[in-house]
Amino acid sequence: MSENVLISVEHLNFYYGNNQVLKDINLNIYKNKITALIGPSGCGKTTFLRCFNRMHDLYKNNRYEGKIIYQGENILTTKRIIELRGKIGMVFQKPTPFPMSIFDNVAYGLKLKGVKNKEEIRERVEKALKQAALWDEVKDKLFESGLSLSGGQQQRLVIARVLAVEPDIILFDEPTSALDPIATAKIEELVSELKNITTILIVTHNMQQAARISDFTAFLFKGELIEFSETEKLFTSPEKELTERYITGRFG
Amino acid sequence: MNNLEKRKLISNIALSLSVMAALIGIFWLVFIIIEVLIKGLSSIDLSLFLKDPAPPGIKGGGLRSAFVGQLLMSLVATIIGVPIGILGGTFISEYGRNLRISRIISDVSDIMMSFPSIVVGTFVYAIIVKPMGHFSGIAGSIALAIIMIPIVLRTTEQTLKLIPWELREAAFALGAPYYRVIIDVVYRSASAGLLTGVILSIARVAGETAPLLFTSFNNPFFTLNMNQPMPSLTVTIYQYAMGPYSDWHKLAWAASFVITITILLVSLFSKWMIRRFKA
Repeated sequence: MSENVLISVEHLNFYYGNNQVLKDINLNIYKNKITALIGPSGCGKTTFLRCFNRMHDLYKNNRYEGKIIYQGENILTTKRIIELRGKIGMVFQKPTPFPMSIFDNVAYGLKLKGVKNKEEIRERVEKALKQAALWDEVKDKLFESGLSLSGGQQQRLVIARVLAVEPDIILFDEPTSALDPIATAKIEELVSELKNITTILIVTHNMQQAARISDFTAFLFKGELIEFSETEKLFTSPEKELTERYITGRFG
Repeated sequence: MNNLEKRKLISNIALSLSVMAALIGIFWLVFIIIEVLIKGLSSIDLSLFLKDPAPPGIKGGGLRSAFVGQLLMSLVATIIGVPIGILGGTFISEYGRNLRISRIISDVSDIMMSFPSIVVGTFVYAIIVKPMGHFSGIAGSIALAIIMIPIVLRTTEQTLKLIPWELREAAFALGAPYYRVIIDVVYRSASAGLLTGVILSIARVAGETAPLLFTSFNNPFFTLNMNQPMPSLTVTIYQYAMGPYSDWHKLAWAASFVITITILLVSLFSKWMIRRFKA
């Protein structure tokens, strides 16, 4: 199994100031699989997710310890952070289309990477929009503002924007929590299909969602990784009592 | 008198007082605008914009030199003041958002905005006019720019702070360096707000007289040389209104009319921009 490991987390600790939010986390992210992070509010799942692309660097008084190994390099200490973020995409809770056209939104990451060839950009934008299941809805209005789309479409636009740069992994931070059930179903279906082309790490507060779409599930509680295993096993025969109490809805 | 009647009475007293206060405020505004409209419209004609001032006592003449001087000095002030204001506001709300110096700059700008503008005029007189030895258009522009900077800086800061951090994070997460995040995402989202700040600051300096009295002073002749004393509408109004000739008074009314209408239109335009921005 080890050759299928894309990223491995080793003894990860994370602090906001003096407050330790993540405690000695060890886990592997497998290639072309969907790994879900579940746990009650405030357990550190979003904090954990944001370590993978060093989003915490944007704010002061944050500190990492330990390693997140990706392509033989520790993400937490690499100097090539911009290059890293080009390989590790992220989709946020609320849709974040930029104030530019649908086309320019999707092309933005490519332009950042220095892709100049207009034809290549056009092809990759189309491909990404198709992968994000948005092409049919927007192909006639590519040059209208990305803000003119509905919430669910905006979220798929953002996914297309991330897909366009062909990342090795996409981090999803509760991507459906701001969407209605129909838009949620579409995003879930999309995420399930995306594992054919990339790897996915998804934070969700919705256990059914984790059970429906993920291959592996990690259960976090108060900053500790309580249990990590194949989703089916975690939800049908959890090893820890805490996990069982959480997934049966007795707290959280 | 029962409780309900008492409350109604108090409510009516409060209502009439506030209506009166509003009427007093509006009365003077309307009075001034009507006065300027009547006196200004009757004195306005094409030669106002096409001819330079005639010597006292001679009929005709216009204020072409003052219009051009005003536009030129405002333009140069904008060229100096707007980039400094926008970059300063960007520093405060982006790069330096966690630094104490940003809070200080922000507070100092607030104080500067309520500075009497004549103080700015005397300041520029001391540091530029005195060493140069003469009044000049460029000194006038610098004085106006000093008044613009805190306005642009604060509106920029406030507008940028309204842009959700998630949007910046989304750009960072795609691998954008900070300057690209600011240019491509933050400025773009904030463009209407930034433009509003710039327009408001231009409207503010367009009506300033005091800072120009000590810096660009006035010049009866047409000039495009920023190193010379330069005429402006506001200083011309000030001098003509005080002058003894009725021709001068007419020109002063006409100039007041043009300046009032311009500022009114600019303000309405920026209000419209703000509404569009919020929608």
